[in-house]
Amino acid sequence: MANGHAAVMGGNAGRPTESKAVQWIRANLFSSWWNTALSLVLLYLLGKFLFWFVGWGVTNAIWYGAATECRAVKGIGACWAVFPEKWRFILFATYPYEDQWRPALSCLIFFFLYAYSALRRNWNTRLPAVWIGGLLAIAVLMWGGILGLAFVPQERWGGLVLTLILSTFGIALAFPLAILLALGRRSHMPAIKSLCVVYIELIRGVPLISLLFMASVMFPLFLPEGITIDKLLRAQIAIIGFAGAYLAEVVRGGLQALPKGQYEAADALGLSYWQATRMIILPQALRLVIPPMVNTFIGLFKDTSLVLIIGLLDILNAAKTAVSDPAWRGFGPDVYFGVSLIYFVFCFAMSKYSQRIEGELNKSKHR
Amino acid sequence: MKTLASIFATAVAAVALAVPAHAQQLAPSPTIDAIKARGFVQCGANGTVAGFGLPNAQGVWSGLDVDVCRAVAAAVLGDASKVRYTALTAQQRFTALQSGEVDLLVRNTTWTLSRDVSLGLTFTGVNFYDGQGFIVKKSAGIKSAKELDGATICVQPGTTTELNLADYFRANKLKFTPVVIERLEENIAAYLAGRCDSFTTDVSGLASIRASNVPVPADHVILPEVISKEPLGPSVRKGDQRWADVVRWTFYAMLDAEELGLTSANIDSMLSSTNPAIQRFVGATGGFGAMMGLDNKWSYNIIKQVGNYAESYQRNIVPLGIERGVNRLWTQGGLMYNPPIR
Repeated sequence: MANGHAAVMGGNAGRPTESKAVQWIRANLFSSWWNTALSLVLLYLLGKFLFWFVGWGVTNAIWYGAATECRAVKGIGACWAVFPEKWRFILFATYPYEDQWRPALSCLIFFFLYAYSALRRNWNTRLPAVWIGGLLAIAVLMWGGILGLAFVPQERWGGLVLTLILSTFGIALAFPLAILLALGRRSHMPAIKSLCVVYIELIRGVPLISLLFMASVMFPLFLPEGITIDKLLRAQIAIIGFAGAYLAEVVRGGLQALPKGQYEAADALGLSYWQATRMIILPQALRLVIPPMVNTFIGLFKDTSLVLIIGLLDILNAAKTAVSDPAWRGFGPDVYFGVSLIYFVFCFAMSKYSQRIEGELNKSKHR
Repeated sequence: MKTLASIFATAVAAVALAVPAHAQQLAPSPTIDAIKARGFVQCGANGTVAGFGLPNAQGVWSGLDVDVCRAVAAAVLGDASKVRYTALTAQQRFTALQSGEVDLLVRNTTWTLSRDVSLGLTFTGVNFYDGQGFIVKKSAGIKSAKELDGATICVQPGTTTELNLADYFRANKLKFTPVVIERLEENIAAYLAGRCDSFTTDVSGLASIRASNVPVPADHVILPEVISKEPLGPSVRKGDQRWADVVRWTFYAMLDAEELGLTSANIDSMLSSTNPAIQRFVGATGGFGAMMGLDNKWSYNIIKQVGNYAESYQRNIVPLGIERGVNRLWTQGGLMYNPPIR
């Protein structure tokens, strides 16, 4: 099984009467007694797990009803009934119940913005305008206070839309910050260089949790009496600063991977530093680092769940709060399973998209 | 000239008379002024503990602690719904109060000397008396915590619970093995699976676990020893005495109403009562609200909109399977006692 790839090459010469699938199975799973034994053991374990999983998640599961019905099956079946009861809390948390169409619409606008920007034919001057328009619409929807929408303070925001806000702004604003930091770190001006190095190393030297703690516990004490900065904003700034430092190192990797000739060629053309960076260096450098960059984005998307330690109700914390309800206490695994699916969809989409964009952007390199 | 001088003299006299009179009545309170200006009370609450502070499926907050916030809003603004909640973790709560992010903190916080003295905050009362206890399986045959020598005990880390446990066993010269698990649900699972002989946390928590988290409640007993004092109560920033007074007397009003037999259902019919204590309570006589810079209907609003302490307890704590116990009024053998409103 381990040498599957090589086996496929050799396996193509199998008996012509067998179908491709059978050939593949024979070549990859049952090519030697050792592979056969391993395959059988793994198939058995997989089957056993699937059997249990289908029993737990489908056959014995409770899909609708009260918590008491879930307790009656005593853990042999999943309790999906918690979702019909709590899905609105998990997705929108403490946002006013009758106004929850507003965060729902905001989520849809976010999805539209993601989909719109994912298509390469939309990468033109209209893209920033679409984003600004979309974000304005989201701001109006979430805050309200105009157009007949009731004002909703930030501390009532929560759920999926909070996760999307934290990660979208985190990624969008950390990216330019990271490029500046990476360029600064490779600068020949000592003041800028050392400033960038100190920033990157300081931020990378501590975990995100400690930054969030700083932002939420220590920072307010330094402010003059009577001035408070919103908790969400503080957390958002901490996340941007953190992601910026990590992305900066990724971008620097791209800058260093470029052949020196590219820099020299740009200089020879008489381009200024910024012209060269914008037109020659960055487009190539960023293309090189798409996989690690997306890796950082995916990490950041999941890291936003750490805001639960400062009491923000992101989707994971909202799920946790939903099962703090004594009626539903003990159904944490069921709820976490559902939320993990949501996380998976987002992360998998990011990963798949990055693979595609990498292929498209690097077409020139394929021979 | 003479008239001008006499006017001046009169004015000085008037100011001299007016200023002390005003100062005697009302100390300045930046917090109350800020609350009235912005139109809502910013309350630091828990957000994860059922019965004390937890948003429901509709995102509406409820709980014993939340009711204190609502009562304060009713007293200051005349409307219990004018509260905004900030969900706070154990680590954040004091900073949020110190920095002015919240006006008051009602987040099942234990009143201790060090917190009261050195954290720049003032506790204004106790809205729930708790204490740490142990739960064991009935089949183990243990009747007292003193018999737990050599036991394996599940405990959550990072709180005073862990410390109290160690202190208690050292003081009684007993040995134990702690099993430290972060989440409550996992602690319960570990206890039920037999990984530990006993689980320790606050008695209120144990009672609610016994009522709703174990398959057969009768198979488990909560040992009679309560090894720590956990008086939980609201707190405010130091330095705003009138605000502290308002929060303190808001809770006392809820106790006083229970003692007087005033509930949200009957207080309207009691407005015409001839009982002097009730007349004072509903603001018909005495002018006690004005003394704090509030409407004289402050306590009426609390009871009408939030209810008395018994109603709040019945609504929030009893469904968890926790009886009144020491949280009964002093007249019924409990610890809840309020100084008189007069």
